[in-house]
Amino acid sequence: MRAPAFWLCIVVVGAAFIVLSRTFLTNEYFYFAGYVVLQYIVLSTAWNILGGYTGYTNFGTGAFFASGAYCSVVLHKLPGLVHSAFGLTIVPIPLPVMIVAGGIISGAMGLGTGYLTLRLRGVFFAIATLAFTIVVQTLIVNWDFVGGSRGIYIIRPPNAPLGGGYIQYLFTWMTILTVVSVGIARSIEGSRLGLGFASIRDDELAAEASGVPTLRLKLIATTLSGALMGMAGAPLPYYVTYLDPTSSFNLAYAVNAVAMPVIGGMTSWIGPVIGAILLGTIQQVATVTISSALNLLIVGLLLIFFVIIAPNGLVGLVQSWRRQREA
Amino acid sequence: MLGLFINAIVAGVLLGGFYAAVSVGVTISFGMLDIANIAQPAFILLGCYAAYIMNLYFGLDPIVTGVIMTPAFFALGMLVYRLYYFAFEKRGDQAIQGLAFFFGLLFVGEVSLVLVFGVDYRFVAASYIGPSLHLGIVELPFRMLLPCVFSLVMVGVTQLYLTRSFVGRAILAVSQDPGALQLMAASPTKIKQIAVGISIATCAVAGSFLIIIQPVEPSIGRDYIGRIFAICVLGGMTSFPGMLLASMLLGIVESLTATFYGPSWAPAVAFGFLLVTLAARPAGLLGR
Repeated sequence: MRAPAFWLCIVVVGAAFIVLSRTFLTNEYFYFAGYVVLQYIVLSTAWNILGGYTGYTNFGTGAFFASGAYCSVVLHKLPGLVHSAFGLTIVPIPLPVMIVAGGIISGAMGLGTGYLTLRLRGVFFAIATLAFTIVVQTLIVNWDFVGGSRGIYIIRPPNAPLGGGYIQYLFTWMTILTVVSVGIARSIEGSRLGLGFASIRDDELAAEASGVPTLRLKLIATTLSGALMGMAGAPLPYYVTYLDPTSSFNLAYAVNAVAMPVIGGMTSWIGPVIGAILLGTIQQVATVTISSALNLLIVGLLLIFFVIIAPNGLVGLVQSWRRQREA
Repeated sequence: MLGLFINAIVAGVLLGGFYAAVSVGVTISFGMLDIANIAQPAFILLGCYAAYIMNLYFGLDPIVTGVIMTPAFFALGMLVYRLYYFAFEKRGDQAIQGLAFFFGLLFVGEVSLVLVFGVDYRFVAASYIGPSLHLGIVELPFRMLLPCVFSLVMVGVTQLYLTRSFVGRAILAVSQDPGALQLMAASPTKIKQIAVGISIATCAVAGSFLIIIQPVEPSIGRDYIGRIFAICVLGGMTSFPGMLLASMLLGIVESLTATFYGPSWAPAVAFGFLLVTLAARPAGLLGR
């Protein structure tokens, strides 16, 4: 399928999803659970642009995600600040603006990490991203305006645009983000950009020698990946209504963002989507029926299990099974 | 002011001694053998909780527990390497998957500890936790001094073992040229297995130090990933003297930050240190 046709396809699917869920689902819990699964689709797709396509392992998903969330906190508090400082009254900043702003902030951070790739490959890059998370977290912990280590309560706007409850509104936006990120991932895959990414993943030195502008491509990959993660984090304050550094920078986000593409398959756009739906749903079910600590254990164990047994994920398993059948 | 400064430096040196104990293992597994075991902190925490249990139920001294536990941790390390070897090294280049494996291990270790012990801070009881040695204006808390001294002993013993014994030299040889070792009729895999065993065994002792120095809860392990790898990289990957120097440096910088700017900034310093090291001087202080 060509890229424009694919875009049309997923936009239709996304729109149908929103309309159908709003028509038939009245149970609010569905939206709470569905939001998390969709958020993980965005995160794992974003991770895969850098990790799967370009071959740079990012353990710092939490940093980009939480930066998006804290950017929204700042924008949320901004009207109040302006009012007390200058006596001006400005309207509360709408969610779409926050999503864009979160994307810009995290994208800029992604660009910064991109410059790290100048010198750092493989393991060193991965460790640097882990370190990056802690540095950003420490900055937030010491920043009182956004709540510091105590965390901050965010009050949702009383009425949501587009009708329905506020959680439906958040759910709608997360669906849109999902469509956008999956669309971007799919368009990259077959394009010149995707080929460039793949050449970096396979052999960066050879790619550079053949005239692939590796630095520019890596900067594009890190910026895009960071921006999508930040956008996924932007609605978080309104979703949780209480945001604190420990939970928003949680290692669970990084583990999930790595585990989902690894389990689904890292070489194509569908892998992270499958991984996120599978793992996200399992976690939601396990949280409700067993316990929330145990569901994290399941993710960790599945990650270990899959990297050992099926390093190319479910997509890889299906591909090799097809090949065997043809042969 | 001067007293505060001197005390901060001394505390930093003591902290650095402890950091050396924490980093020995990774210097062996990651620095020498290229096995990026980012799950090392999980094993250190396992050591903490082993010391905690033995202290709680048998009143055993944490450091004694640490030493007693080394064979068990050694066996655990060999097991982890076996798994790693069959899943990744044998299949060839699978760096991302190997890293994801250890990342998963780190996470599973942390969550398992949460499930068993909960998220409360645990600590041990020992006669030397609390009192300090006073030398003029310098104050040496025994809870820092003892881990530092024993850690230097442990680093020394490990260094002697690596340079004097046959197996130790073989480990150094694998780190330099596994192919050549094979020609000398020694199996790199077996040597690596022993090396990773030693690397994890040091976690038993380092864990007992950690729980003496501060109360422990499962997620504090993460804070150590950055420190450990910063020290390992800054120290030049393979060299123990370099590692010691880097540990002391990090300890002093952290201690100064905590004294003059407040402890909540200390993690940023450690990790900022790592980022700068990685970006500016990947070969380390004493590197080639």
